[in-house]
Amino acid sequence: MSTTPLRLKELSKKEDLLTGGHRLCAGCGAPIAIRQIMLAADVPIVAANATGCLEVSTTIYPYSAWKIPWIHTAFENAAATISGVEAMYRALKRKGKISEEIKFIAFGGDGGTYDIGFQSLSGAMERGHDIVYVCYDNGAYMNTGIQRSSATPFGANTTTSPAGSVIPGKLQPRKNLTKIMAAHGIPYVAQTTPAHWRDLMTKVRKALEVKGPAFINILASCNRGWRTPTDRAIEDSKLAVETCFWPLYEYENGRLTINYKPKEKKPVVEFLKTQGRFKHLFSPENEHLLQHSQELVDREWEALLREEAMWKAEEEKEEQKD
Amino acid sequence: MGKVLAVTGNQAIAEAMRQINPDVCAAYPITPSTEVMQRFASFVANGKVDTELVTVESEHSAMSACIGASAAGGRVMTATSSQGLALMWEMLHIASGMRLPVVMTLVNRALSAPINIHGDHSDGMGARDCGWIQLWSENAQEAYDNLIQAIRIAEHDDVRLPAMVCLDGFIISHSIESMTFLPDEVVRDFIGEFRPKHPLLDVNNPVTYGPLVLPDYFMEFKRQQHEAMLKAKDVVLQVAEEFEKVSGRSYGLFEAYRLDDAELAIVVLNSAAGTCKDVVDEYRDRGVKVGLLKPRLFRPFPYKEVAEALSGAKVIGVLDRAESFGGFGPMYMEIASAMMSNGTNPVMIDKIYGLGGRDFMPEHAAQLIDELKEILDTGKVKLYKDYLGVRE
Ligand SMILES: Cc1ncc(C[n+]2csc(CCOP(=O)(O)OP(=O)(O)O)c2C)c(N)n1
Ligand code: SF4
Ligand SMILES: [Mg+2]
Repeated sequence: MSTTPLRLKELSKKEDLLTGGHRLCAGCGAPIAIRQIMLAADVPIVAANATGCLEVSTTIYPYSAWKIPWIHTAFENAAATISGVEAMYRALKRKGKISEEIKFIAFGGDGGTYDIGFQSLSGAMERGHDIVYVCYDNGAYMNTGIQRSSATPFGANTTTSPAGSVIPGKLQPRKNLTKIMAAHGIPYVAQTTPAHWRDLMTKVRKALEVKGPAFINILASCNRGWRTPTDRAIEDSKLAVETCFWPLYEYENGRLTINYKPKEKKPVVEFLKTQGRFKHLFSPENEHLLQHSQELVDREWEALLREEAMWKAEEEKEEQKD
Repeated sequence: MGKVLAVTGNQAIAEAMRQINPDVCAAYPITPSTEVMQRFASFVANGKVDTELVTVESEHSAMSACIGASAAGGRVMTATSSQGLALMWEMLHIASGMRLPVVMTLVNRALSAPINIHGDHSDGMGARDCGWIQLWSENAQEAYDNLIQAIRIAEHDDVRLPAMVCLDGFIISHSIESMTFLPDEVVRDFIGEFRPKHPLLDVNNPVTYGPLVLPDYFMEFKRQQHEAMLKAKDVVLQVAEEFEKVSGRSYGLFEAYRLDDAELAIVVLNSAAGTCKDVVDEYRDRGVKVGLLKPRLFRPFPYKEVAEALSGAKVIGVLDRAESFGGFGPMYMEIASAMMSNGTNPVMIDKIYGLGGRDFMPEHAAQLIDELKEILDTGKVKLYKDYLGVRE
């Protein structure tokens, strides 16, 4: 199915299916990820998009930045919407009314995916539609002005978890949605960032190729919400991976692979310190919060390592049997 | 002609859906409409239809999936009641705003709280302004006939709007009556093939559905939606005319029952109209000039035609099976608007009845006619809005 080699030279010859002229902020991580996804796909894509920055900024009537069939219905239901589209595709294909191979992708922000769209996502995955759900996770409800979501990292200053004199930002850790999606037992689940474009595009191709539902969680920096300069999207994504705040991993038919292990895991403060949303954590009285941030990262990373080791041990046992 | 069978209202609806054989259906259970999608699921499981059944995890997702499927380019149906419709509310507006001809059965049921599973019209009336065509049905036969016609109306080129067909929960959905079915091929030919417009699945001609429309264009969208809705009225009549040719059953915008020379008129929707018609006959036998109007098409509301039909009436009693707390019932407000724009000025009273499935008995209809007569004789109105069949 996929033919274009994942090399910049060949990819740069492909048409951009999300055109320039959209009105996402300069330096926004989301459109970088989306364009990589579209470049990775070598089959026609029909997309659904949840309400959020990506949706409002790409389709301001009478313009549309999308060169593919695209539908936005509401905020909490990109998964349900695309499942209807995919069901119609199957119906029409069965009746011989349509012959093309088409793939289906839903895009949602973290708010539209971890929170309000969680039920519809879970339902669509359980029903087994042949769809890919992509969450671009910028860690807050950015479109409505940086409110905390369940994807917002511990300690972050948002407009509904403000760093005040009594409460120092968001008190709860992030929901681990990628793991929750893996627990759905669907054929493909992955986590990546646009800074790791080859990793991202390989994962998109795998997700499109598997029969049945796939989920990809993509860290997508938002300079407005992260309070960073507009040239930080790629650098901050790299730091997220180097600190193991956002490990690159995938589940293929339930089997975990960690796609990248930093030779030297950087302390999480390296990721936190460039971002204004964590600035308050660096005042002396909040040192314990920084420590806790590190503990949260370590806990998740070590659990991943243990799980991967378990899979490897299983496989070795199997091999010995042969 | 087709078969005569004794069936429940839900069975009649499921049978119409089998004959329509839509491309995609979404299903989520809720009393009293559950049986419709349950029966339909067995048609799918037994190969009686070619439909893709999407067994969603909520009604919000049901309508979302219907919207996605319809925009993709095929025929789409579902059914719900009460809380289910309430949960869909956000998506009802989106289906109509996108001009998608989804057809849904609404088995009318009261809205919580307190929770109640029985029939009243608060669900359908709550969806009045969602941009859906609404056809209301007195019995299983009308529900069946309306559903088949709704496909043609919704998909008509002048219209392209979603449509809902309403029937009373339990009173009709669960009681057995005898009715006539059309042969499968007659239904198939009557509805014809679905003609997609700007389908999402046409990957060679990509379209954007659901863009952000700001104040510079928003009103033009809404104006077009309103105009499509107005055109639906003529389409309803055209489709009814064609339907009569294949079924022998005639439908209009409403049913006028013994209304021609009536001084007193009752306006009532759905199953209670049957009860009222019997009582109207009794009063007619006694020489009381009373008639009845039963709206069929509630959205778009045929103001002019309704007002003309009621123009001879001096006193009108409107029966509302839904509340607008602190206001007049929804049907009363439509009839008042109709009479006002017609320049006739009858005395009009509103009776709230049958909430949460409370029985509407012949004596309630008689009580209403007696009151209308008293108003005609004395010119005095006690209360413009009151409850009928309620404990004090
Ligand atoms: C039912 C509903 N509730 C709330 C909103 C308001 N709303 C629109 S976009 C948005 C935030 C989206 O956040 P996210 O999904 O994280 O995407 P982002 O804007 O961050 O890209 C909210 C709260 C809405 N459109 N619909
Ligand atoms: S607010 Fe953030 S997510 Fe939204 S467009 Fe700007 S940078 Fe992107
Ligand atoms: Mg977000």
